[in-house]
Amino acid sequence: MQKLITAIAGRLVIVVPYLWLLLFFLVPFFIVLKISFSEVAMAIPAYQPAFDLSQGLAANFEKLKKLSLDNYQWLLDDALYFKAYVSSLTIAAVSTVLTLLVGYPLAYGMARAPSTLRPTLLMLVILPFWTSFLIRVYAWIGILKPEGLLNQFLMWAHVIDTPLTILNTNTAVFIGIVYSYLPFMVLPIYASLEKMDYSLIEAAQDLGCPSFTAFWKITFPLSIPGVVAGCFLVFIPAVGEFVIPDLLGGSQTLMIGKTLWSEFFSNRDWPVSSAVAVVLLVILIVPIVLFQRAQARAQESGK
Amino acid sequence: MESFGSFRRKFAPWDDPAAKPYIRFENVTKTFGDFTAVNDLSLDVFNREFFALLGASGCGKSTLLRMLAGFEEPTSGRILLDGQDLRGIPPYRRPVNMMFQSYALFPHMTVEGNIAFGLKQDGMAKSEIDARVGEMLKLVKLEQFAKRKPHQLSGGQRQRVALARAVAKRPKVLLLDEPLGALDKKLREETQFELMDLQYKLGLTFMVVTHDQEEAMTMADRIAVMDHGRIMQVATPAEVYEAPASKFVADFIGNVNLLEGAVEKAGSGEVEIAAATQGLTIRADTSKALSSGQNVWFAIRPEKIRIGREKPVDASFNAVEGELWDIAYFGDMTVFHVRLDNGDLIKASSLNAVRKVENPLTYDDRVWVSFDTDAGLVLTA
Ligand SMILES: Nc1ncnc2c1ncn2[C@@H]1O[C@H](COP(=O)(O)OP(=O)(O)OP(=O)(O)O)[C@@H](O)[C@H]1O
Ligand SMILES: [Mg+2]
Repeated sequence: MQKLITAIAGRLVIVVPYLWLLLFFLVPFFIVLKISFSEVAMAIPAYQPAFDLSQGLAANFEKLKKLSLDNYQWLLDDALYFKAYVSSLTIAAVSTVLTLLVGYPLAYGMARAPSTLRPTLLMLVILPFWTSFLIRVYAWIGILKPEGLLNQFLMWAHVIDTPLTILNTNTAVFIGIVYSYLPFMVLPIYASLEKMDYSLIEAAQDLGCPSFTAFWKITFPLSIPGVVAGCFLVFIPAVGEFVIPDLLGGSQTLMIGKTLWSEFFSNRDWPVSSAVAVVLLVILIVPIVLFQRAQARAQESGK
Repeated sequence: MESFGSFRRKFAPWDDPAAKPYIRFENVTKTFGDFTAVNDLSLDVFNREFFALLGASGCGKSTLLRMLAGFEEPTSGRILLDGQDLRGIPPYRRPVNMMFQSYALFPHMTVEGNIAFGLKQDGMAKSEIDARVGEMLKLVKLEQFAKRKPHQLSGGQRQRVALARAVAKRPKVLLLDEPLGALDKKLREETQFELMDLQYKLGLTFMVVTHDQEEAMTMADRIAVMDHGRIMQVATPAEVYEAPASKFVADFIGNVNLLEGAVEKAGSGEVEIAAATQGLTIRADTSKALSSGQNVWFAIRPEKIRIGREKPVDASFNAVEGELWDIAYFGDMTVFHVRLDNGDLIKASSLNAVRKVENPLTYDDRVWVSFDTDAGLVLTA
């Protein structure tokens, strides 16, 4: 009896998260998918249901035949969408590289800090999460705007005479993404550096490597799993980022998150915006699968 | 000619006053904060010597090697290699290679890659590297494992890779920090002889750290016994065993009975000691200058004590009676623990030279233990 209970409990522990995923990921996804096949309507909700279970099977079958790929065709026809996807991917990629350039030295410094100091440093990296993401992005407006803190400081230091235009440009978007996603880059790299055995570096030096060479030949290759994880953790959400380009970016900043938002709320075209979302998901599946593979491989060789 | 133990090879530059030491530690001290890991230590090691550092955990053995390899700088004193002061020379420019206590194999490189690492660093030509790597793989018998990663190897194989990697550069000095720590007894004994062979063939100078005294005795030309950052004695294995310089060394190496007593009569070359142990008078050969009444210790190894039921013919000295308290059978020999009537224990061992014994000694037997005048050593410290 006792055994049975533990067995059931064991199953439950596994089943519950999957139920959760089913309920809050797959079901909404299928709703979006369904909407993306429908036609737009001036109504609430703002689409003509492609099928409706209350009308019986036969009626639904008729509707199923009428299922249209029109919305997807629409995405292909209008170059705006294609540009938005490409631009999103580019901005996300550039931001990921920038985040890596900032995050790696930070993680390295943390991993090499005295072990008594490390928990504090780790805390400091996580600390920004204690305030709302939205508020932190708003704060950047205050820093980057023409009469903002940054320009005031640079002018006070006589580095510049006229204020720099940073806000409402892609630069501001990069700054925003790098700032917001830095912890996601730092933490996995730190984890992989921290568990590295320092005697490997000593061994490399012993065999004739100056410290810098030892870094490139030993430390960096061994931290690659962390780098890969960090890059995906930044890249994947950055592609669909909406808040940062909306608040910090300008009118020329083209990102798919913004496009989706305006289709949904400004144009009230739910079917097209759903199609935009579905295509975004499909695009992101490639890096997600790559990420899973890399994780599995890292786990394999870590043994 | 009389000597301690048997000779392995005729090699004793330390007895030659003209010989120049290859590695020289001069009053080296290393402190970590207010903790002194190595304390005013001086030591000479000669070219082509197989030198072992022996001592309890934490006594500073690794620290000593790490200073020679360049990972730590001495707080004071200096280290000379072939007459050159090593201070300030970074590890990657010292002609010294180290085999790490943890092996420190590069996990992302194959066995080949690990061995070739140091050679590539030296800018050696590709063909030469390949040849050397092949040679090293053959030396450590890992030819068929060349393409494996370290995590696909057994502990013993990893240890061999670490050895091959450290030897590949043909360093003048090879430092080995507990090289055989992870191996089982049998593989360990095999590898000990392989190491000795390798050292001899390549003509290198080895400094080996070990916990295991048998290992040190088997392999080394000389042994340094360390305690709390100091060297207690440097001598050949046989000397360390048969002529320990102090109680500490006698006790640290092998089994020993240490009997305390006061000098009764000090003559030339001989001494008579009244042992604190009940009614035991010790007569022993000694070259030490002792004075009457002086407190001394008599150190005697168990295998140099005779044990039997019969009372020795002359039981007035070097003989005492007791009860057999414990018997430890080791196959090749048996160790008897004899409890004297005042409760003191004396260990005596005997070789099991025959398979069957008539009327063997057994628990609670009354026995006599006795020894010769040259069987033990009088120690004053
Ligand atoms: N970097 C360091 N900082 C502080 N203390 C250290 C450091 N390195 C070594 N010690 C201390 O110095 C002492 C000697 O260390 P060492 O590693 O030389 O010992 P060991 O003789 O090699 O011991 P083992 O046989 O256990 O390897 C130890 O008490 C150790 O705690
Ligand atoms: Mg050690």
